[in-house]
Amino acid sequence: MTEKTEFEQLRLDGVGRRFGGQDALQDLDLTIRAGEFIALLGPSGCGKSTALNCLAGLLPLTAGSIWQDSKRIDTLPPERRGFGMVFQNYALFPHMTVRSNIAFGLQMRRLPKADVTRRTEEAIRLVQLEEHAGKLPGQLSGGQQQRVAIARAVVLEPSLVLMDEPLSNLDAKLRLEMRTEIRRLHQSLGLTTVYVTHDQEEALSMADRLVVLRKGRVQQIGTPEELHTKPTNWHVADFMGFRNLLTVKVQEAGGRQVVVEGPGIRLAATAMAQVSSGERVVAGVRPEDLVVQPAAAANGGGNVIRAMVEVVEYQGRELAVEARTPEGHRLHLRTPERVTAGEAISVSVAPERLLVFPLGDEAPPAGVPVLGDGASSSVGAPVLSRAGGEAP
Amino acid sequence: MSTEAATQHPGLSVRHRLAERGVDSQLLLLLPAVVFVIGLFVYPFLYGLGLSFQPAKGGGAFADYQRFFSDSFQRDTIWKTLRLSVPAALFNVLASVPIAYRMRGKFRGKRLITTLLVIPITLGTVLTAEGLLNFLGPAGWFNRTLMSIGLVDHPVRLINNYWGVFFSLVITGFPFAFLLILSYISGIDPSLERAAATLGADWRARFQRITLPLLAPGLATTFCLTFVLAFSVFPSAILVGDPTGATRVISIAAYQAAYEQYDYPFASAIAMVMGAVELLVIAVVLLWRSRFYVGSTGGKG
Repeated sequence: MTEKTEFEQLRLDGVGRRFGGQDALQDLDLTIRAGEFIALLGPSGCGKSTALNCLAGLLPLTAGSIWQDSKRIDTLPPERRGFGMVFQNYALFPHMTVRSNIAFGLQMRRLPKADVTRRTEEAIRLVQLEEHAGKLPGQLSGGQQQRVAIARAVVLEPSLVLMDEPLSNLDAKLRLEMRTEIRRLHQSLGLTTVYVTHDQEEALSMADRLVVLRKGRVQQIGTPEELHTKPTNWHVADFMGFRNLLTVKVQEAGGRQVVVEGPGIRLAATAMAQVSSGERVVAGVRPEDLVVQPAAAANGGGNVIRAMVEVVEYQGRELAVEARTPEGHRLHLRTPERVTAGEAISVSVAPERLLVFPLGDEAPPAGVPVLGDGASSSVGAPVLSRAGGEAP
Repeated sequence: MSTEAATQHPGLSVRHRLAERGVDSQLLLLLPAVVFVIGLFVYPFLYGLGLSFQPAKGGGAFADYQRFFSDSFQRDTIWKTLRLSVPAALFNVLASVPIAYRMRGKFRGKRLITTLLVIPITLGTVLTAEGLLNFLGPAGWFNRTLMSIGLVDHPVRLINNYWGVFFSLVITGFPFAFLLILSYISGIDPSLERAAATLGADWRARFQRITLPLLAPGLATTFCLTFVLAFSVFPSAILVGDPTGATRVISIAAYQAAYEQYDYPFASAIAMVMGAVELLVIAVVLLWRSRFYVGSTGGKG
């Protein structure tokens, strides 16, 4: 029905969607360039699938507009947008063979029969399903169904491919394989792709640019490296693998270098935004950036946290360790050192790896002892008299 | 290992092997149902079957069947019943499809509309017949309205003939068909249609290529059930029909044989013919159904 619609850029302008008075998506501004692989990333309920459905035309917008170059497309029904979509549950037509599933879109475009056959067979070859072309989807494994779904979407050479958590129903090994497969398809066909996922690793490894959403709002848009190294707030940091988030107080503020202080800890850190002395902030560090110090060096050097090893998980070359400070902060770290449960360790962190974010209006990260609220936190940290000024 | 266990604990092993085939004490739970089916269905059926081969007037085992098929007054009841029940069942199924299709998603007031559509099922045939007599009768509102707006000069005859029974079958059969088809349609994964839409299919193509093929087996089943209900029509054929003429259905013939002529063997023979015709129609429909995909439709219904 629609002709192949190449575009220079696709622009989402203040796109929003309300469900019965609740904003599922708000003020999404995003420009997608042709050939780009964009990942929409966020926890469940963050609005990423809503955004995708709005793009596909399966959900009408309640605010904003979508522009394909200079053409407004948010008023078009899905069948006239010419985008391919891969659904989370694949949504293969159960009563049609693999071949008919893939041919469906081509038939809908009323292409000559010879073209339909040729392009269908090409797509089947592309996803290596030649032996299964005559089977019904119910006779295929999850990974094969996934490949059919992808072939069905890309056979139309759509100007944009939308993928809604396409790997979430696969097992870990297949997920890694399909990840590479999708990335390879993207590169060889040059398809512009918008990919929804809640898996930060998946998003970081596949996408050219990531859009992190939370509660329907964009938190950050950037390249994988930008997000990985410079998250704009602690929510993004939390999502990007900063598993250690501590609510602390700024002791010395001086541009980027700051010193933060919490119960039993005093650390040099790097501020990601303007913070002032005495402000309550969130300090975050990745498990792999916490370095276990050899016992001999325990007293030397700065930026050290003392902790007791509680849980050790073997993960090959490294151990994943959960430790707790005497004040009750829980720390996650990864280390090649062979530590054991019950062992006292010293953990150091480089100031440039400890990132400090303003707390914002939101409640501090869950499960993190809050300065002065120690007694009420789950870990049962002792209330420290130093924090008395903050106590209610 | 199993042979060793068998030699050591023969009793245990037999019980295990039976349990693996589904034979265990839970089977006893089926007992009431089995008694029920044998007592209330299998025995009466076999009794009637046997009776139908013992004609009261003698003349061989098949004499009553010959009598039924040689007498056009009796034989025609098959045709008259089919002429009522097949169109009524078809209408109920076909009218339910668009309504159920429209109502397949979630929306406000769905429960209210479903309730309104289903209420007639609770009325019973007699109340429906009373209502039809009042509404569609020569002095009913329907004819009075038609005459007052000048559409007709004389009351349209809509009761005590074919149409009266047809309407009655639609009123009682539609809710039933609608409920079944609504549940079949709700059982089709909505993302299939959405997928078809992103592949360029407009609503017509989505319905024809996706919904209808997946729904077809359900339509066949629904048709069979509403057809059987309509085929055994009795009260409305008498109350709003023309029981001596156009709507002398096969159940009336059986009734007259049993309770007016007290010829139970003949009545049994008619009942057997009735069952055979029903089975024939159902077999044809199921044969048609077997041409379609009948597996999972991916939904949660």
